[in-house]
Amino acid sequence: MYWRIEVEYKEGVYDPFSEGLKEEIRDSGFGDVEDVRIKSVYFLIGTLSAAQAGRIGEELLIDSVIQEYSIYGEDKTPPVTPGYTAIQVLYKPGVMEPVEDSTLKGIRDLGITGVSSVRTAKKFLFKSGLSRPELLKVAEKLLYNKLIQIVLPEEEHHLHDFSGLPDYKFNLKTVELLNAGGKELTRLSSQGQLYLNLEEMKAIQAYFKKLKRNPTDCELETLAQTWSEHCGHKTFRGIIDYKERSVVKGAGERFVKKIGNKVIYNLLKSTIMKATDELKKPYCVSVFKDNSGIIKFDEKFNVCFKVETHNHPSALEPYGGANTGIGGVIRDPMGTGLGAKPILNTDVFCFGPLDAANSSLPVGALHPRRVAKGVVSGVRDYGNRMGIPTANGAVLFDERFIGNPLVYCGTVGILPKERSFKRVREGDLVVVVGGRTGRDGIHGATFSSGELTHESETVSSGAVQIGNAITEKKMLDCLLKCRDAGLYGAITDCGAGGLSSAVGEMGQGLGARVFLERVPLKYHGLTYTEIWISEAQERMVLAVSKEKAGELLGAFAKEDVEATVIGEFAKTGKLELFYQDSLVCSLDMDFLHDGGPKIAKKAFWAKPKVLARPKNKPKKDYTKELLKLLGHPNIASKEWVIRQYDHEVQGATVIKPLVGEACDGPSDACVVKPRFDSLRGLAVSNGINFKYGDLDPYWMAASCVDEALRQIVCVGGSLKQAAILDNFCWGNPDKADRLGSLVRAAFGCYDASKGFGVPFISGKDSLYNEFSVNKKTISIPGTLLISAIAVMDDVSGAVTMDLKSPESLLYIVGETFEELGGSHYFDILKFKGGVVPQVDFKKSKASMDGLSSAVAKGLVRSVHDCSEGGLAVALAEMSFAGGLGANIFLSDVPYRGRQKRDDLLLFSESNSRFIVEVQRSCQKAFERAMKRSCIGLIGCVIASKELKVFGLDGDACISESMANLKEAWQKTLRSI
Amino acid sequence: MAKPKVLILKTAGINCDRETAFAFESAGADIDLVHINELVSGGRALSAYQILAISGGFTYGDDIAAGKVLANELKCKLFGELKKFTGDGKLIIGICNGFQVLVKAGLLPGNDEFRQEATLVNNDCGVFQDKWIHLKCQVSGVKCQDKCVWTKGLPEVIYLPIAHGEGKFIPKSEEVLQRLKDNGQIVFQYCDARGQLGDYPVNPNGSVDSIAGICDASGRVFGLMPHPERHLISLQHPRWTREGCKRHGDGFPIFLNAVNYFK
Repeated sequence: MYWRIEVEYKEGVYDPFSEGLKEEIRDSGFGDVEDVRIKSVYFLIGTLSAAQAGRIGEELLIDSVIQEYSIYGEDKTPPVTPGYTAIQVLYKPGVMEPVEDSTLKGIRDLGITGVSSVRTAKKFLFKSGLSRPELLKVAEKLLYNKLIQIVLPEEEHHLHDFSGLPDYKFNLKTVELLNAGGKELTRLSSQGQLYLNLEEMKAIQAYFKKLKRNPTDCELETLAQTWSEHCGHKTFRGIIDYKERSVVKGAGERFVKKIGNKVIYNLLKSTIMKATDELKKPYCVSVFKDNSGIIKFDEKFNVCFKVETHNHPSALEPYGGANTGIGGVIRDPMGTGLGAKPILNTDVFCFGPLDAANSSLPVGALHPRRVAKGVVSGVRDYGNRMGIPTANGAVLFDERFIGNPLVYCGTVGILPKERSFKRVREGDLVVVVGGRTGRDGIHGATFSSGELTHESETVSSGAVQIGNAITEKKMLDCLLKCRDAGLYGAITDCGAGGLSSAVGEMGQGLGARVFLERVPLKYHGLTYTEIWISEAQERMVLAVSKEKAGELLGAFAKEDVEATVIGEFAKTGKLELFYQDSLVCSLDMDFLHDGGPKIAKKAFWAKPKVLARPKNKPKKDYTKELLKLLGHPNIASKEWVIRQYDHEVQGATVIKPLVGEACDGPSDACVVKPRFDSLRGLAVSNGINFKYGDLDPYWMAASCVDEALRQIVCVGGSLKQAAILDNFCWGNPDKADRLGSLVRAAFGCYDASKGFGVPFISGKDSLYNEFSVNKKTISIPGTLLISAIAVMDDVSGAVTMDLKSPESLLYIVGETFEELGGSHYFDILKFKGGVVPQVDFKKSKASMDGLSSAVAKGLVRSVHDCSEGGLAVALAEMSFAGGLGANIFLSDVPYRGRQKRDDLLLFSESNSRFIVEVQRSCQKAFERAMKRSCIGLIGCVIASKELKVFGLDGDACISESMANLKEAWQKTLRSI
Repeated sequence: MAKPKVLILKTAGINCDRETAFAFESAGADIDLVHINELVSGGRALSAYQILAISGGFTYGDDIAAGKVLANELKCKLFGELKKFTGDGKLIIGICNGFQVLVKAGLLPGNDEFRQEATLVNNDCGVFQDKWIHLKCQVSGVKCQDKCVWTKGLPEVIYLPIAHGEGKFIPKSEEVLQRLKDNGQIVFQYCDARGQLGDYPVNPNGSVDSIAGICDASGRVFGLMPHPERHLISLQHPRWTREGCKRHGDGFPIFLNAVNYFK
C-alpha cells in the first residue's frame, strides 16, 4: 500500500520555476498561460499509518515557512483546483529515482521503519486557454522526456510496476553460432545490438568452433563490449588505407602539407603516441595506459587529466546524458593509479543554433535550446554536487550539431606520486563499490559505436541514464581514505561496458572469476548478462588482498557506502563468470583482448576547391561588423553558463573564468593552486575550431594546439611542463571521406605536438556522430578538442586579459596573414572558403617562450590571444574587461597578406598572435625579451572608455564606446 | 589556553570541508573531520570540541530541499548533544549549505525547541549563481553593535563569493524579522561596494531585507550564505591581478575571531 503526499507553495510565495515555465511556454509559441502551479508528489510505499505519513509530510517533506502538504490514501484521487488542468509526470519503472535514497534516510531518521520505497512525481497545474492535448504537447516539449518519464492522468501512477518486478529465474542462454552462415551472423549482430561486423563475428565463430560449443549470450555480449569502437578504438588501432588528392599550395597559403598515400597500421601509434614517445619528456609519469594521463606536479604529487565525451546519450536525454557524462569522467581520475582527488572540471559543448526554427528540425531531434538547457544543467548538478570547480570551457554552435550535440567533459585530479600505479595480484578479491546495479545503460558502449537515427530513442532507451552525484561523492570520500591507508592494490571505474570492461581490463594479465548473483542490485529481475554489462553509474572495482578486505569493507560500511566482494583474480588466463553455481561465461583473456581481427578501412581526403575571398567591397568603417562578431554565438559571453557552475569550490581557483574590472571579461585559461601549502599551480585551457576542419583538418589540429597553448601562455603559464589531450569527435569512419579527414587531423596533432615540444598524455575518440532520418544523414563537422594543462611554479605571477592602466603600450606579437578561411568574419558574410589559418610551429613556439619569460619577469600587465574574430575582437574584449579604452593603428600591425585591407587585418584569425599590454617603463625590457619574435607596437591604452582603431589610410575604421561593445557581446546569450 | 578544537562535520555531499578546515587551522585551531555516523553512534563525542563547523556542499544531494535531510538528522539524532553544546557557550558556524542546515534544524535564529522560524529557498533568478558580492556588516538598528562573536571588528563592507541555488532568506513572519533586527542578529546584508542596499543584482537571490547571514540571540551560533573560507588569501580575490594583494582575505578574520574567542 502507499500514501500520496503532495507538497505545494503556500499562497503568495514566489516560485521562480513556475514563473520561468510560464515564460518558456510563451517563448515556445504556445501562447500565454495565466498561472502554473508546481507540486512535488511523493508516494510512500510500505506499511505505515496515516499519522506516520502525516508526520513525514509535516517534518520532512515540507518547508513549513513556505510550503504546505495534503495527504491521500491509496483509494483517493487528489482533487484538481477548479479552472486548472493537471499534468502528472513520473519516472518510468526501472529509471533511477534521484531522491529516493535520501528521502528514505530522512524517514528512518524520524524513527519510522515501515516505508520500503519512495517514488516521486511532479504535478503541473495549468490555468490557461489551452486544451489538455495542447498541454500534453507543452509537456512533451518542456516538462519531461518520454525516454525516462511518462505523463499519467491523476488517478494513474503504475506504482505496481515499481514494486512488483518479476523475479529472475535462471536459464542459461546460448546463441546458435557454430553453423551460422554470413547472413545469419550479420543478423545476430544487429538483432543483439552488438555492432560487430561480419569479420568480427567470423572470428568469434572460429574461436567457438575450436571449443566445439556455442557461446552463451553473456560471452557474446562481453566480446561485443570489449571489441566495441568505444572500448577498443578499432578505427584508431586498425589498418587504414589512406589516399589524398589535390594537396597543392593554394593562393595565399604559407605552407603545403602532404601526408601522401600510405597504409597506416595503427593511427594512434603512428601519430599521437609517437609524438609523446619521441619527445621523451621526463615529467610524463604514465601516458596512454591508465584511465587518465599522469604528469609530475611537484616533488610529492602528480596530476592527471582526462577528457571524455557523452554525445549520443546527451542527444536523446540532454540532462541525464550530460549528467552521467561528467559523472563518468570524474571517475577516470578517481580510477587512475590508486585514485586521484578530482580538483577541476572542464566542459566544452557544441549545439545546434539556439534560434533554429522548429520546422527545420529533423524528426526525432530535440530542439537545440532544449538540448543546451538540459546539458548545461546536467553538468551543473553533477559537478557542483561533487564539489569540483568547473573553471574552463567553451560553447559553440553549428547547424550540423542539431540531432547530434557534442558534450565534452574533463577532470583534473591530484594524487601522491607513490600512489600513481596499480597492480592486481593473484588471489586479490574483486570488490565492487558505490552504487547498485540496475538495468540502466545496457548497451551504452555498443550504442555509442553506431550512428544515431530517428529511431534511436526507441531502440536504445536503455542506454540513457540519470546520475546520482551524492553516491559518487560518498564513494570518493571513502576511496581516498582507503587509498591513503593502502587497503587496495588496484582500482578502475565502471564506465562503458560496466563490470564487463572493468573486470575484464583489470584481470587482463591474470584471469578473473566473478559470481554475478553477489552483485548488489537496485531491484530484482536482472538476468546474469544484464548484471554483467549494465552501465549503472557510480560504481568502481577494486582489487583487494584477502588480508585487507575486512578493514576495507568496514571503512566503507562506516560511511554508508556499499562495498561487496564479487569474485577474485586468479591465474587462469580466463574470464569466468558464474551465476548461482553455473558457469555462464568462460573466455580466454587473450582472445577477449587480442582476438579481434584488425579492421581495415579506406580513407580519402581531397582538398576542397573554394574561392579565396568573398566579393565584398572594402568599407571605411567596420564598427558594425565588430558588433556583429561580438554578438556571434561562438564569441558572445558565456556568463549565463559559467555562473551556474561553482568555479571556486575547494578555494583554489586563482584565475577565474571571468575576469576584469566587473568580473565579466573572458579569461583565456583558468589557474588553480591545488595545495594549500604551496604556490605551485596549474593552468588549464582548450582549443577547438571545427570550422577550420571544413577546409583542412590538418591545419585545424595545428590551430587547436596553437590556441590551447597560447591561452596557457596568456595566463602566465609556459610550455616548460605542459601536456595536451586529444578528443576526436567525428562522423562515421566507415565512410572514406570522414576517415580521411580524421587521418589528416591526427597528423596535424603529431606535427604540432613535436613542433611545440608538448606531449599528448591521454585522449579519446567518439566516432559515428551522425544523425540519419529516412535516407538523409547529417554528419557533425569533424571536431577536435585539444585540452592543455601546464604546471606553473608560482601562481602569484599569473596575468589576466583585462587592460590594467591608461598610458600603457599595446603590442601585437606574431604576424597577421590573410587567413580568414573558417573565420567568424566570413561566417557573418555567409562566405565559405578562404585560406585556413596555418601555424609556423617554430616561430609560434619562439613567441610563446618569449612571452612566458616576459610575463615571468613582470613585464606584462595584460595579455590576450587573437582567436575567434581576430585582432578586433581581442582588443574589444581586453578593453571592456578592463574598463579602459584603446587607440590602435592598423598600419603598425605586422601584416603579410596580399591584399591590404582593413577588414582582413581586423578579422583575420591567423594563429600564434597575442595582444600585450606593457607599461611604458618596461618597453625596452619587453622588446628585448621578445627579440626572437615579430612584434608590433600598435597603440596604447587610454582612460576614455572608447575603442578607436585607425585604418591603413589613417582614418578611424572602428570607433565605438565600450558600453556598446560590451552590450553586443553580452546580450546574445544573456539567458537561454 | 590550548588551541580550540574544531569539529568539521562530514557526511554525504559536504564538499567545502577541506578549505574550511584549512581556514581554522590557519587561524590557529586544531581540526578534526568527523563523519556524522561517528557522532550518532557515539564513537566520538561532540562535547570534546569547542567549535562545530558545518561547511558548504549538497548534503544528501539537497534532495527534498537544500540542507533538509541533514537538518532532520541533526534534530532527530543529535538534539541533546547540540543543545548541550550551545548551552555550554560553544560556537557553531554554518556556511552556505551549513547555514541552510542550521536554519532548517531550528538552530538559527534559534529557540529552545529548535523550531524552524526562517528558511532559505530558491534564488529569485531561478538558477545557481557563483559570483562575488559585497556584505554590509552588523546593521539595521542594532542595539549591541558586536552581537556576533564571529564578526567582531570587521570593516563595514567586506567582499566574499557566493555559490548557491537556494539562498533567498525568508523569515517565518514579521515578528521574527523584527526580533532579528531588535536583537542585532542580522550579521550580514548584501550591498554594493559603498555599502548601499539594493535590488538584484546587489541582492543576488532576493533575500528579505537583503539578509545574507544571521546569528542566534547569544551571538555564538552563526550562519551565512557567502563563503568566507574562499577568501582567506588575496590570490582568491577575483581582481588581484588588477588591484594587488593584501595580507589577508576578507574571510579570514571570521575564523580568527572564533579561535581567539577561546583565548
